[in-house]
Amino acid sequence: MMENKKLNILIPILSVLLGFLVGAIVMLAFGYNPIEGYAALFQGAFGSMYNIGESIRRTIPLVLSGLAIAFAFRSGLFNIGAEGQVFVGWFAAVWVGVAFDLPAIIHIPLAILAAAVAGALWAFVPGILKATRGVHEVVVTIMMNYIALHTTNYLIRTLLSDGGSQSERIANSAWLATPGLQEMFGYSQIHWGFIVSIIFAVFVWFFLEKTTYGYELRAVGFNPHAAKYSGMSVKRNIVLAMLISGGLAGIGGAMEGIGTFGYMYTHGAFTNLGFDGIAVALLGANTAPGVVLAAFLFGALKVGALSMPPLSGVPAELVEIVIAMIIFFVAASYMIRLVIMRFKKEEN
Amino acid sequence: MEKYVIEMLNIRKEFPGIVANNNINLQVKKGEIHALLGENGAGKSTLMNVLFGLYQPEKGEIRVRGEKIKITNPNVANELGIGMVHQHFMLVEPFTVAQNIILGSEPTKGAGYVDIKQAEKEIKELSDRYGLSVDPSAKVRDISVGMQQRAEILKTLYRGAEVIILDEPTAVLTPQEILELISIMRNLTKEGISIILITHKLKEIMEVCDRVTVIRKGEGIDTVNVKDTNVDDLAALMVGRQVNFKTEKTPAKPKEAILSIKDLQVKDARQAMMVKGLNLAVRAGEIVGIAGIDGNGQSELIEAITGLRKSESGEIKLNSKTITNLSPRKVTESGVAHIPQDRHKFGLVLDYPIAENIVLQTYYKKPFSKNKVLSFKAIYEHADKLIKDFDVRTPSPKTKARALSGGNQQKAIIAREVDRSPDLLIAAQPTRGLDVGAIETIHRRLIEERDKGRAVLLVSFELDEVMNVSDRIAVMFDGQIVAEVKPEETNEQELGLLMAGSSKEKARQKAGEEK
Repeated sequence: MMENKKLNILIPILSVLLGFLVGAIVMLAFGYNPIEGYAALFQGAFGSMYNIGESIRRTIPLVLSGLAIAFAFRSGLFNIGAEGQVFVGWFAAVWVGVAFDLPAIIHIPLAILAAAVAGALWAFVPGILKATRGVHEVVVTIMMNYIALHTTNYLIRTLLSDGGSQSERIANSAWLATPGLQEMFGYSQIHWGFIVSIIFAVFVWFFLEKTTYGYELRAVGFNPHAAKYSGMSVKRNIVLAMLISGGLAGIGGAMEGIGTFGYMYTHGAFTNLGFDGIAVALLGANTAPGVVLAAFLFGALKVGALSMPPLSGVPAELVEIVIAMIIFFVAASYMIRLVIMRFKKEEN
Repeated sequence: MEKYVIEMLNIRKEFPGIVANNNINLQVKKGEIHALLGENGAGKSTLMNVLFGLYQPEKGEIRVRGEKIKITNPNVANELGIGMVHQHFMLVEPFTVAQNIILGSEPTKGAGYVDIKQAEKEIKELSDRYGLSVDPSAKVRDISVGMQQRAEILKTLYRGAEVIILDEPTAVLTPQEILELISIMRNLTKEGISIILITHKLKEIMEVCDRVTVIRKGEGIDTVNVKDTNVDDLAALMVGRQVNFKTEKTPAKPKEAILSIKDLQVKDARQAMMVKGLNLAVRAGEIVGIAGIDGNGQSELIEAITGLRKSESGEIKLNSKTITNLSPRKVTESGVAHIPQDRHKFGLVLDYPIAENIVLQTYYKKPFSKNKVLSFKAIYEHADKLIKDFDVRTPSPKTKARALSGGNQQKAIIAREVDRSPDLLIAAQPTRGLDVGAIETIHRRLIEERDKGRAVLLVSFELDEVMNVSDRIAVMFDGQIVAEVKPEETNEQELGLLMAGSSKEKARQKAGEEK
């Protein structure tokens, strides 16, 4: 048993190392110096307070979308719709930020709550269809993503601006960032959303692992038949899981809306925050602490990538290869497990 | 001519952490029926998978017709004339028997045109030669389980098998079908084909086998001639101690009716009526066994009682309170416990620790949770107690249910169900796939519950079990209880005929003639 727990931690770590190794091989193959490349990457992610602040800022929404996906996964659902839920959450938070003038202590929580409700409602549709009609959530959530993208674009043009491609700026009382904090981190875009994301990581951990709700959700996720047999309502749990998952993704959107940007702009394509959440959840083994660490890794990689071309000449896309390889190795964990077992055997 | 067709010598097969086979010898003579006997997990399947080329042994050698060879994959096994009939058939249901049999080695004419007529002719000849009476043009989904099994046997013969491995072949058959299978096995051996029969049913071995190799905990114990041994000795070899077969019990002292079912009608998932106006009563302090062939509405009946399936009409009463169409939780709370037929699908969350499985229906109550927060201290204390009381062999209550043996999983389920002190205990196939030792324990537990004054409803496809444990047998056929008999007043033949739909008078008469 303990063996298994160790493996569950060892596999993501090994996958990350192997991902970097493949990245280095690719760099070598194309005539770049991998040491310089990775030095630039590290410099870009952690080289100064500014870079650290940016890495954290990039991490915040990933933690929340990662938690959203992980939460659904643990309940046996694949919420590909985190992307759309991020959009509606972002929109709802910005709308509250623009439309009201309230003290910050009320305004910020209200904006976050609005985002959570919006995300939850967006996830409710696939949830209720799955629970009552057995429609597969992947199909519905993918469609809901497009509806979210185009609906928010339309509402930004009509409701939040006069035909423009960007909303008004939110009231200062709804802004999650403070000049003091940004100054401390070299005038980066960092905001207090990191505290929000930690709070929700703790919430997800406690809810899933320690409460009867989490016990039911996990039971439904592992084995819906046994859950039904033991008197749990599978339908109610599916809807609940989607509501909370959508709410978390919606808050992820709020972090962009009232944190990073302070407004919303029309999007030509998806933000990928929701989709990256899938990778984060996978690498984090669908646990709250794992998600926080994985989100931080991906956030730092994405920020660090920007410094690779100027400092080492390595294209920033290399980081995408590294991330893809990490995911590949996590997904192929069976292979890694086999190799570890083989080593163990030889030791004996 | 060489003496043995198959020789497996000093086979050792390891998996990480366990030795599944250690120093096992198996020598099969041409034209004999050789039983491979052992409890579940003894290593029978591993050994056969080694022979079939699915696993490579760490040590030991395999000889086929005296020649030392390496069987690297199942195709090599097929070419060597080794065929296997798995317990779960590998058939494509919408295909005909012939289409299934030629699958993978289709005879073609010209540009890939499958010559099904020729194949059907060949299959018919084979079928007649061994007395299998299989219709090659029938669709698999339309034929009985027994005929499906014969189609599987035909498949191995069509591919030129001279050694056929049968994995627990009688588990799915009715008593009559078992008799047919036995005569087919005899026909096959007359034609020089050897059969390896994997089983843990001793009666079958005594009836049809020539020799038997016993393995226990991965070790080869002995190979004996069947005519020099008896059921008790074989059981002792298999389990490693003396086994008591006849379940000891005092006569039942039934009291008031606990469960009464009136005119119950239940549909299955495909909207076919499976329970058709069923009436049944179970009293406190008695075990009622439902005998019947799988698929006659037993599953739907149990699901209707436990709230897992809606009933169309009729009434289910527990202690004179109506529980028809209540939710599973309400049914559980009103005093019904259920040992489900499929313990992996329904009985356990395999990825939960055993302790969390033990509170599967009570987690929301005190002391296991307070204000919706689980109290793991109480959950684990409770698990420790039940694990001790019911002798569940597990390294720790934290061990995942998946890691336990079938017998210990079942003991954990029984512990959980019985511990709630239910008025009615429903046990569906409670010993399916378990070994002799575990079966003994579970039967004893059911009788203990009866003696505590609980009503026990036992559903089983094993006639031995129904006859041994029940105080009263209700035969279920086509969605109804067609007869009620006392175990001491009936026999397997009569029950078999009743289960196949004969009336009681006819069955009695016919069973008498067969004797």
